[in-house]
Amino acid sequence: MEKKNFTCLGCPVGCSLTVFIEEKEVIKVEGNQCNIGVEFAKEEVKEPKRKVTTSVRIKNAEYPLLPVYTDKPFPKDRIFELIKLLRSVEVEAPVKVDDIIIENVLNTQVNIRASRTFVRKNG
Amino acid sequence: MQLKDIYDVVVIGSGPGGLASAIQAKKEGAESVLVIERDKEPGGILNQCIHNGFGVEIFKEDMPGPKYAEMFIKEAESLGVEFMLDSMVLEITPQKKVYVTSKWYGFNEIQARAVVFAMGARERTRAQIRTPGFRPSGVYTAGTAQRLVNIEGFMPGNRFVILGSGDIGMIMARRLTLEGAKVERVLEIMPFLTGLTRNYVQCLQDFNIPLQLKHTVKRILGKNRVEAVEIVEVDENFKPVKGSEEIITADTLLLSVGLVPEIELARSVGVAIDPTILGPYVDEEMQTSIPGIFAAGNVVHIFDLVDWVTEAGFIAGKGASRYALKEKTEKVLIPIKSGNNIHHVVPQFIKKDALEKAPIKLMMRVSKPIEEKVWIELRNENNLIFRKLERYVRPGEMVVLTIPQKTYDEVFKSNTLYVSVEKFGG
Repeated sequence: MEKKNFTCLGCPVGCSLTVFIEEKEVIKVEGNQCNIGVEFAKEEVKEPKRKVTTSVRIKNAEYPLLPVYTDKPFPKDRIFELIKLLRSVEVEAPVKVDDIIIENVLNTQVNIRASRTFVRKNG
Repeated sequence: MQLKDIYDVVVIGSGPGGLASAIQAKKEGAESVLVIERDKEPGGILNQCIHNGFGVEIFKEDMPGPKYAEMFIKEAESLGVEFMLDSMVLEITPQKKVYVTSKWYGFNEIQARAVVFAMGARERTRAQIRTPGFRPSGVYTAGTAQRLVNIEGFMPGNRFVILGSGDIGMIMARRLTLEGAKVERVLEIMPFLTGLTRNYVQCLQDFNIPLQLKHTVKRILGKNRVEAVEIVEVDENFKPVKGSEEIITADTLLLSVGLVPEIELARSVGVAIDPTILGPYVDEEMQTSIPGIFAAGNVVHIFDLVDWVTEAGFIAGKGASRYALKEKTEKVLIPIKSGNNIHHVVPQFIKKDALEKAPIKLMMRVSKPIEEKVWIELRNENNLIFRKLERYVRPGEMVVLTIPQKTYDEVFKSNTLYVSVEKFGG
């Protein structure tokens, strides 16, 4: 049996998890204060994922950047691929918070959503 | 918007503390609530905090900063809170006259029945940590860099050294890496991390950014632009260890060396300031030493999570509304003092009969980390009143102790209360 220590990233509490692994399966988790910790540990062992936040360019808004976020955790080893894609994206105001900017990005079943509202500037 | 001469509650600052205060003041019955903000949009620093991690405690949803702000902005607007943007408060009097100058309204004198200070905090700068060297371009506070990268769309540099392992520093290390920069090193003068552990994992470890504890910047090299940073190890007295110097080539140095409450206005109106944290002393309603003047958020002390700022805002807004509408109660205050391993505690005072209405939440920061079970204890001169077990305590994470109402009698007969961290089993 393998023992690993993770910090749960499911919420800001950040529980220190002790995870017991057998043949790549999580068999026990200690140190978690809620079920998120168990789910996090399972995923961290199988396929680590992270929530990603960044920005895309926006036209006709008060500022040149629209902050965006992945609405679900995204595969960690593909983050730079995602960022590269988003660097080429430009949207136009108006945009409302939570509008989908890219659906099912890179076939991950994760959507890229706006983190804020921008009204259209100058008309 | 037609500006009124008199408002029940005037809130200064529209970040999370200010928004929550304004909302709660309205909900508690204040008829007119005005929020004054110097930026051109409400939301405060949340607008540049595009990373997630906000709202988990209050909404059970993990959201980015701008979205969190927007939820409260919308709620405030729907309740009829008025916003005065692009406007700067110059002075406040103890009688709660507010002098404000504005791009849209010119100079105004507004009478408030109650005021909430929600001005947040300022970052400590190079001058405050006295780093030797010339003054080349390429030295930024982490928050300034954050605004440039996340809102304005500028990259402040290519190769970074970050001083300070607070949350903003670590979050910027990740952000800059994603934007294509190289973050050479994060340095921390303390022997422990000062931000949240989760940020160490997801901002530094995930991107292989090295963290060096017990290290600081010895000097900055470069005359016109930062060219390199000389770092050095420090001993337990923060004195440089000879021979441990290392020169790191970099064009930008980010400082993330702590926040200080923004209290210029508070100081000039004469509220009493807690010298340990440089925020105003407050009671359990977040009322300062001047009746009718309240404070919420990082202006009081530096919080770890925005959700708690919001909660403090609710409390301050409620208090401000009640004060504005009627109550000028006689009050007897009991001071709460920091004991063993407590750096500071907020509120610093509670009213003698405060527990009559609700439990009271004390928020503390510890001085030193202890990675084992400890008791957080509340005592008076004679007795242990209440205690709570914590699995560990770390300076980067606030410790909360909620005093239950059942301790009313014991608290009522206390002259001073003490909070401390004590050994488990003791």
